[in-house]
Amino acid sequence: MPSAELVLYEEEFQRLNEALKKLRQEANARAIFLIDRTGQQIAAAGEVDQFDTTSLASLTAGNVAATDGLAKLIGEREFSVLFHEGQRDHIHISIVAKRAILLVIFDERSSLGLVRLRVKRSSQEMEQIFEEMARKGERVTGPAQAPASPFAEITDEDIDALFSE
Amino acid sequence: MTFINYATREINCKIVYYGPGLGGKTTNLQFIYNKTAPEAKGKMISLATEADRTLFFDFLPLDLGSIRGFTTRFHLYTVPGQVFYDASRKLILKGVDGVIFVADSQEERMEANIESIRNLEENLREHGFDLSTIPYALQFNKRDLPDVVAVEEMYRILNYKREPTFEAVATTGVGVFDTLKSVAKLILVELRKK
Repeated sequence: MPSAELVLYEEEFQRLNEALKKLRQEANARAIFLIDRTGQQIAAAGEVDQFDTTSLASLTAGNVAATDGLAKLIGEREFSVLFHEGQRDHIHISIVAKRAILLVIFDERSSLGLVRLRVKRSSQEMEQIFEEMARKGERVTGPAQAPASPFAEITDEDIDALFSE
Repeated sequence: MTFINYATREINCKIVYYGPGLGGKTTNLQFIYNKTAPEAKGKMISLATEADRTLFFDFLPLDLGSIRGFTTRFHLYTVPGQVFYDASRKLILKGVDGVIFVADSQEERMEANIESIRNLEENLREHGFDLSTIPYALQFNKRDLPDVVAVEEMYRILNYKREPTFEAVATTGVGVFDTLKSVAKLILVELRKK
């Protein structure tokens, strides 16, 4: 049975944001997004207000999923890096910790080579963060250790109120 | 797969609309998009052919409000219904939290409905899901057409596990929001159980 939830706590969220900010600076990128493979944005850095980030996350995940399908059809495990070249802006897509997608949007202020180099280093840092998240998830077993789950005390009235006209 | 972000206080869930080709999946989403207030919806994306047949997916993000201080966001997807797009359907089902099956009530489409439910069951299984346990609702669409199968007959043939079942006319919106709300509630109740 696949994992039912992806849970992101404040500490890891901040660490991921810091890692993305650092990557953006080092790669001279316009914007960087970390996206879950089901199409939800996890974290972002840079000129994010210029983009419809929800659509970006969904389409990126679809893109990666479709490309994964293509890879398997030709006998490859996956295509680990995707690059889309535009007139002015370009997109570099890579997989981090097997479960997240790193999307880098860059223009003439950077280069594919620089982005690839910086992404490789940053990915290792982010993989460590994800590993610690996974270990934290295993350690957190009781109400004394976990932050209050938003679902723990939800009542039927709460749910009905969400859908009332 | 539900995504809970404690830092931004958001809950994100994924609902997939499934069903045979031209059954009304995209029409459901279009109606929801047109009727939802601008502040509660994102941009609707439709990856379609020139003939407006869904090629890869439709996507619509919806904000349903707050629950216990967490913004509750549902990501609605449709799959392409045409038989030969099965590889794409498998991809779109990844990480699903709830499914809505849009059945075409026309008599000549009943075989397609049955085959599509079988396909749904199989594709869910490939992702490690089980149709008998996942939040699921059934919609009998196109009830306004003349040659439709009786609701009782459709229920007998297509209902899987006594899931909530709704009659609908997606072009005018009848039953559209009722179906969506039922699956959204089932997802939240399921999350509460966990």
